Amino acid sequence: MSKFQKKQANTKQQVPTAAMPDIIFMLLIFFMVVTVLREVELQVRVDFTRADNIEKIEQKRLVSYIYIGPEILGGGQYGDTRVQIDDALIDDIYAIRRLMYDKLSEEPRLIVSLRVDEASEMGVVSDVQQELREAGTLRINYSTLRGDQAPM
Amino acid sequence: MLLKKRERVVGEVPQAGMADIAFLLLIFFLVVTTIDVDTGIFMQLPPPPDPEQEPPPIRERNLMNILVNAQGLILINEEPASLQDVQQLVMDFVDNENRAQDPDLAEDPRSAIVSIKTDRQTPYEIYIDMLDEVIGAYRQLRNEAAQREFGITYREYQNRVSRDDNVIREMYPQNISLAEPDPGS
Repeated sequence: MSKFQKKQANTKQQVPTAAMPDIIFMLLIFFMVVTVLREVELQVRVDFTRADNIEKIEQKRLVSYIYIGPEILGGGQYGDTRVQIDDALIDDIYAIRRLMYDKLSEEPRLIVSLRVDEASEMGVVSDVQQELREAGTLRINYSTLRGDQAPM
Repeated sequence: MLLKKRERVVGEVPQAGMADIAFLLLIFFLVVTTIDVDTGIFMQLPPPPDPEQEPPPIRERNLMNILVNAQGLILINEEPASLQDVQQLVMDFVDNENRAQDPDLAEDPRSAIVSIKTDRQTPYEIYIDMLDEVIGAYRQLRNEAAQREFGITYREYQNRVSRDDNVIREMYPQNISLAEPDPGS
């Protein structure tokens, strides 16, 4: 009995903070795993359009992006519509064929995600699609936001 | 007794600063990272045309021609339509077998082809809206079929079976043809 009383008297009336770092580390690891660092420096403006009947891309490592939109000239100015793959603007549209063919031979299940600015015209999108057909990268995805999502 | 006391003194490494370090790292990652939009409309492009091979003949009634011009006006089988009507029209066309059985619309969902054609000047946004409606029509049809056959939504059904065993997908294949755009004016 006396032993029990002694123990109770020794208990510190504090919230234990020893586990706090563990909790924070868990959050930290969660964010590190979930988020993707921006891999490319965008040289064209891409404002996504919206659609309702969309799917999620499940296998992110299969995806290769093509950006289409007005070139960013700096100072809030935009130039003509250009195509960007990885870090480079494409001058010759027929170069896409080779680029994508090389990517396809590295990853046969490649999905090409077209990130097109909403103000673009269909002509350039169609040209890119024709090139993709020639390259054999036939699985494509038009990146869109969900219809009710706030603009980014 | 003495030994026990000494051990307790050694065990007290200050841990208060650790949380701060972790917080700093956490905030760094929160600020630096962007969560990418990775949603979109999937499409399968046709393989490049073979100049030696003639395209297979398609019966007129199995083809639905959707034309979107540079002003965003829609022409379905030569008749003007508005974007709101597209979903219903596509559903009537594809699922003609189970609906009106109109001799001018598709024979059955498997041979129905929806062809979307644009001008070069057509805004991308309108094209996506259009595609969205067509995909929406197919989704609705598949959903109805899943409800009818299995009593579950198509999404649930999709999660239960593998892609190869998907009967509903086979029943309503998404035959969307993207025609090369007219040069326009």
